[in-house]
Amino acid sequence: MSEAAALAWRQYRLERRMFWRNPSAAFFNFLLPLLFLVAGGAILHGNQRQLNHLVPAIAGMSVMSTTFTALAYNIVFLRERGVLKRIRGTPLPTGSYFGGVAANAVTNTALQIAIVVLAGRLVFGIGWPEHWDELVVFTLLGVVCFAALGVAFAHAIPNFESTAAYVNAVFLPVVFVSFYVFDDKSAPAFVRNIAEALPLVHLIDGLYGAMLGASALGDNLSSLAVIALWGVFGLCFAVRGFSWESRG
Amino acid sequence: MSESPAIEVSDLRKRYGEHEALRGLDIEVRRGEVFGLLGPNGAGKTTTVEILEGYRARDGGEVAVLGQDPGRRPRALRRRIGIVLQAGGIYSYVTPREALAHWAGMYPRPRAVDEVLALVGLTEKADARCRTLSGGQLRRLDFALALIGDPELIFLDEPTTGFDPEARRAAWETIRSLRALGKTILLTTHYLDEAQALADRVAIVKEGRVLAVGPPLELKTHPAHPPGSGAGGGANGVGAAGMYRITHRDPHTGELVEHQTEDPTTLLHELTGAALARGERLEELSVGLPTLEDVYLELTADVAAPPATGASSSHTAEEPSDLAAAAARRSAR
Repeated sequence: MSEAAALAWRQYRLERRMFWRNPSAAFFNFLLPLLFLVAGGAILHGNQRQLNHLVPAIAGMSVMSTTFTALAYNIVFLRERGVLKRIRGTPLPTGSYFGGVAANAVTNTALQIAIVVLAGRLVFGIGWPEHWDELVVFTLLGVVCFAALGVAFAHAIPNFESTAAYVNAVFLPVVFVSFYVFDDKSAPAFVRNIAEALPLVHLIDGLYGAMLGASALGDNLSSLAVIALWGVFGLCFAVRGFSWESRG
Repeated sequence: MSESPAIEVSDLRKRYGEHEALRGLDIEVRRGEVFGLLGPNGAGKTTTVEILEGYRARDGGEVAVLGQDPGRRPRALRRRIGIVLQAGGIYSYVTPREALAHWAGMYPRPRAVDEVLALVGLTEKADARCRTLSGGQLRRLDFALALIGDPELIFLDEPTTGFDPEARRAAWETIRSLRALGKTILLTTHYLDEAQALADRVAIVKEGRVLAVGPPLELKTHPAHPPGSGAGGGANGVGAAGMYRITHRDPHTGELVEHQTEDPTTLLHELTGAALARGERLEELSVGLPTLEDVYLELTADVAAPPATGASSSHTAEEPSDLAAAAARRSAR
């Protein structure tokens, strides 16, 4: 068991090293949410209520981009390139491999949330998060949920060339509908129903509660339940549908 | 235990939907040999190898690799084998040295990274990002990654496809040096010269079955094939196992003439003696060694012939093989 953990740690360190060397990964993970934050901040300048909404919304989006988007891209790339198949032929335990990959995603998300929290504190006039426990629980559950969904979704993507189209076809509508429903309490019922059936708006609700002190962890149990349900759904498909090699 | 075969396969079966890829394939690979798996595209070579490597489940038959069942993917087995896939990728943003160091950590007794880099000829590129390597360099890295764990058994699936001649020779040297270290190697290849140069024994596979197995130059095309029917064969005669070819231009017609013989010394003496006596030159005179290609082409073309028809016993060296095969197909209807 300790050997499997040591191998997971080695995989994690390799993933970190590769992450920092890949400019586009660094861009999508760190710069893009920051750009959103800066652009949103410029537009909403002076409107503190809107800024209070912007920061947790960007934090929620960051969780999704560092897990769902990044993993779908990575898995499809590694699968189509034959890297996964090569790894499959080594004695590296499957659990160690995915442990390392998942820990890498958790690290990215944690860094990303830290950046957004820091920006909220220093630039957007939001204090330190009110409920750290709520922040940690929602972030962790969000990582598990969206990471699993990303791995599961990779299975639906037939080749690397179409990855961007597939991922954005999910990512962008989910982000827009979730932002809209989170921000505008008078959104039409059917839009609200769609958004609330999806996990992102619940994650943003939780992060909002944590960052602004609007609600405590115990007030958001139904949100946690929706995210957990999507997480279970994602995990099932991630494991069942996982393909170690290209079908092409 | 250590003297049991490295690989034992009997009655291996695999089906993809309607297509029966393997129909009762049998092979046995001895420890320390280079075993070549030959056959046309779609013969079932890669399916066989991928079952042995643990990538695919079989539908039937018995398989033992180093005494273990690869279908259960035991980790203890994966520690003892090295795999060069037909198309295996590697991370873009690591260097060969880093990749090897990482892979080494997966095995109980890995070889030294520098030693493996030198063995495959990648020392100069050891610290370049993999995304900057050429196709040939990446193929060497494939070898290196398969060897880093110091495996007893190495699977090489078309290891030199796409190589230039120089790179091929280098790969062959690597394979020979592995054999010299006592490794067992299962090699699949399209290149018959490669199998002939490297393999101790080969199996020719077609339509999911083994047609013939043995040392490359001792393969018999068919047990009933008439031996020594050679000398004086026609220009488009079919080569038989162990036959030398002597070719030259006919001094009168200018056509290329080919003779086949098991005794090239005598035939060459007769031919040149006769030519000298007539005061003629034998233009483009050459003596060809028996090649695996002859056997291979005959076997893979002949597979449609049911063994019971006796088509091959009437099969003379003068008769083009496609006619024989056509006749056999006709009689099979």
